[in-house]
Amino acid sequence: MSEDGEIGPLVLAFLALSLVSVGGGIAVLPEMHRLVVEQHGWMDSLAFAKRFALAQAAPGPNIMVVGLIGWHVAGATGMFAAMLAMCGPTSLLAYAVARLRQRDLPWLRLVERGLVPIAVGLIAASGLLLAKGTVEEATLALPLAAACTVFVWRSSRSPLWVLVAGALYGALLL
Amino acid sequence: MRLGELFLGYAKIGLLGFGGVAAIARHVIVEERKWLSERDYAEVLGLGQVLPGPNVGNAAVMIGRRFHGFAGAVTATAGLYSGPLAILVLLAVFYDHFGQEPGVASFMRGVAAAAAGMVIGMAVKMADKLRPPIELIGVGLLSLVAGAWLRLPLPLIVLILAPLGIWLSLRRHAA
Repeated sequence: MSEDGEIGPLVLAFLALSLVSVGGGIAVLPEMHRLVVEQHGWMDSLAFAKRFALAQAAPGPNIMVVGLIGWHVAGATGMFAAMLAMCGPTSLLAYAVARLRQRDLPWLRLVERGLVPIAVGLIAASGLLLAKGTVEEATLALPLAAACTVFVWRSSRSPLWVLVAGALYGALLL
Repeated sequence: MRLGELFLGYAKIGLLGFGGVAAIARHVIVEERKWLSERDYAEVLGLGQVLPGPNVGNAAVMIGRRFHGFAGAVTATAGLYSGPLAILVLLAVFYDHFGQEPGVASFMRGVAAAAAGMVIGMAVKMADKLRPPIELIGVGLLSLVAGAWLRLPLPLIVLILAPLGIWLSLRRHAA
């Protein structure tokens, strides 16, 4: 599987993907599936789904699935190449926007204020979709997710307590 | 804040960010280390959301740059990705050996459900603390419905709702 000849197509695929990934890495998951499974045939559908589940379960940004795919295609070099292609150009763009931001333009502050509810709404939506997936697998996950929601909302303690409680609850009841 | 602190803060965010890093990032940046106020962070995140790429990754670049210029942007980004990348490699190598064990599966289900609650709770908390004007709450609810129920592609949601949110924000300011 580890072929140096695949690095070029890998980089090109994720470069293209990164430029349309408005809304984050998960937004382009269907397109990523099309590229990786159908167009390049780097892995089958099941292997893709497993890697996605693995990246979801592991800590870190959801976009890490790109690193796993790169690893599968071309080892460590593939992992770094794919992550750089996916995050490099968009990070440079964010850097350029941050420079603009530093000039403290009043209109930009107002623009940002109008974008905040979209970010918060989409975060809530991704949480609901995650919750739906786990509740469909095990109904007893519902009270757990609800209790964790209230804890994180009302308490200023680290949200990690929620994960510890979830791990215990899962091991005993799910 | 020193560069080292920036790296460690973002390393913590990356390593402890189960189910996505949004909730833990907000906790570390706003509540624990007080690098940014709730409003400041929400605005950086909002901008990170409409730019291509992961929103928290974009926020790391912008926050790193604010405190330490280019070196800060690189440091924050490296802190965010290096830990999880190392863990992923280990997991990828060992996954086939333990991933299907029933004990591990139920443990992971519990973590996933808790992480889901954590993400929802964080969104509720932000809305609660920011207390946006009513029309912007409406925009937030629209994006929630479009993302969770209508399952529209995110680029489309942003394309439709960003102009609306910006227009409402400018209009309130003018009034």
